[in-house]
Amino acid sequence: MLRKGIALAALGLALLGGQALAATTEEEPKAVSWSFQGPLGKFDQGQLQRGYKVYREVCSACHAMDLMSLRNLGQKGGPFYDPEYPNPNDNPYVKSIAKDYQYDDIDSETGDVVKRPGTAADRFPNPFPNEPAARASNGGALPPDLSDMAKAREGGPAYIYSLLTGYEEPPKGLTVPAGKHYNPYMPGDVGSGWTGDHKSVPVGGFIAMPPPLAPDKVTFDDGTKSTVDQQAKDVSAFLAWAAEPKMEERKSFGLAAMIYLLIFSGLLWFSYKRIWRNIGH
Amino acid sequence: MSGHSNYEPKTGFERWLDTRLPIIRFANDTIVDFPTPKNLNYWWTFGGILAVMLGIQIVTGIVLAMHYVPHVDHAFASVERIMRDVNYGWLIRYMHANGASMFFLAVYIHMFRGLYYGSYKAPREVLWLLGCVIYFLMIITAFMGYVLPWGQMSFHGAVVITNLVGALPVVGPSITTWLWGGFAVDDPTLNRFFSLHYLLPFMIAGVVGLHIWALHVPGNNNPTGVNVKSKEDTVPFHPYYTVKDGFAISVFLIMYASFVFFNPNALGDAVNYVPANPLVTPAHIVPEWYLLPFYAILRAVPDKLMGVLLMGGAIAMLFVLPWLDTSKVRSMRYRPTAKLYFFIFVVACLVLGFCGGKLPDDFVIPGLTTFQLLDADLNSMVWLSRVAAVYYFAYFLVVLPVLGLTETPLPQPESISEPVLKHPANAPAGAAASPEKRG
Repeated sequence: MLRKGIALAALGLALLGGQALAATTEEEPKAVSWSFQGPLGKFDQGQLQRGYKVYREVCSACHAMDLMSLRNLGQKGGPFYDPEYPNPNDNPYVKSIAKDYQYDDIDSETGDVVKRPGTAADRFPNPFPNEPAARASNGGALPPDLSDMAKAREGGPAYIYSLLTGYEEPPKGLTVPAGKHYNPYMPGDVGSGWTGDHKSVPVGGFIAMPPPLAPDKVTFDDGTKSTVDQQAKDVSAFLAWAAEPKMEERKSFGLAAMIYLLIFSGLLWFSYKRIWRNIGH
Repeated sequence: MSGHSNYEPKTGFERWLDTRLPIIRFANDTIVDFPTPKNLNYWWTFGGILAVMLGIQIVTGIVLAMHYVPHVDHAFASVERIMRDVNYGWLIRYMHANGASMFFLAVYIHMFRGLYYGSYKAPREVLWLLGCVIYFLMIITAFMGYVLPWGQMSFHGAVVITNLVGALPVVGPSITTWLWGGFAVDDPTLNRFFSLHYLLPFMIAGVVGLHIWALHVPGNNNPTGVNVKSKEDTVPFHPYYTVKDGFAISVFLIMYASFVFFNPNALGDAVNYVPANPLVTPAHIVPEWYLLPFYAILRAVPDKLMGVLLMGGAIAMLFVLPWLDTSKVRSMRYRPTAKLYFFIFVVACLVLGFCGGKLPDDFVIPGLTTFQLLDADLNSMVWLSRVAAVYYFAYFLVVLPVLGLTETPLPQPESISEPVLKHPANAPAGAAASPEKRG
């Protein structure tokens, strides 16, 4: 099956030379202001906690985050980081989250498959045992893994936010296939369902995921009003953190590196001027 | 310039070593005493910058290889583990990924400098050829390195490029199978790419050694293109050029660091953060920015084999350049007509890069449908890249051979020191307008 796929892909590419590709279109993501943008931006821990809650109570029903471990939640810069527990495996909040999940394991005495409560070292639980199971539960569509989602799409977190808040009634003349939804921020080509002028095909694509968020679907512990907009923003911020959990470390390291390099360049510039002062060139 | 050595061993140990392995003499002659034209501008600092970039790539690459797993099932996750769990793994990986882009940026500036100042002309043809070999090895190395994270673009890029070989008549398909190590891009392909990606940088380092050797026989070219006539024209490499190159390297590192720390994914493709899936082809397969001009040439040709040959020919042009340019005048400071064609050439390369990143049928001027010419609308990227590609080849095959015979160059200075001493009133007109005055 793999080889056949590759052969098909290769064939498609061989034809790519002069052929026109179906035009994939999407709306530009909405402009959002994030606490973590810019060279000095940091994550807002309260927002990450709310975002994690949205992921846990809504998204995680279908979407895995295979690259994430529960301990990541308590590491430096994470949603539940507590300076009292520099080792995230000791973080009581993380431990209690982990205990809520049951993981398959092998009993070391008998070899039987058993269930045990999770630990901070366990990965985020996957909602489905395998890909066919995930597809079977979602009308044939595979809910993508969200670990890297905030950097695996053009626009990053703004794209996720726009997609989550961007569901709208399909324009007149557009037939949406059964089990699908129209979303202008979803990259795609809706030309096949369009009966209007072929030069003004609506921008965007069809997405199998129904609008996942609703007002008050998640109750925020810090009293923040739970609107769709707030939920979308918070979960996008959480996914941005999950995709780049070392972003804060990177930026603070970068600031020091830049200051060092600027001073170093300045010193070299004056050395250069001094050494060359008697050379006409 | 080479051959005569001013090194005098000062201590007993140095005298003892000098008669057995004159390595200190060698170092002294190449990086301390080496007489260097005193008029080199900042365009000449990119050689040093490239040496530093090669060092950074090798060191970060060796550390990455300690954590990377070359297997189709584990490669993507192992790169992510480097980013998430290895101490400063994010730093090492972002340095390596952005380092490749910086390496190419520097090499392109280095090559355009050589083209502008005629650094490929006698007696520096071998020096130039070795540089072309380095560039070719860099392309192969960068391509294989891009495959290793095994993301969507890694995989489908590997499929596209390896399939190009299949366009060769008779032997093509067999060679492709041999490259793959099977009947598709799969685990054996990834493994051999990893092996070769580790090997080739050391071959590059070896050719860099030859490149520097070949530089030290005739010595540096310089912005006037005039040969060094006397000691007046030169300064010792150290401290004059160690400090000047050092300053340029440091400024270059600031630019590099701004990507690594504050915009690490700006030069990459988002799709490569999706694990490779042979069953799902990305909507838009493009190489990294530094290979886009060649990709544009490939797609400008309707026939696959011709496209592959022209793409290879674009690099081959560089190899034969020393024998295509008929002008005896090295620096384009004194070749006003050639200078004009050179700047159009630079624009043509940038246009090709721009076209390479777009779909062939994209409009150049948005929304304007003109008329169908052969296989595409005239207002399309494919036609723009055809125009630019024709200029690219014409520059080497027509402009440089003909211009050397027909143009009248401006008078060149007697020596490197002359324009400096008579500065500024008597300097040649070309020098005043030249961009390299920054030095």
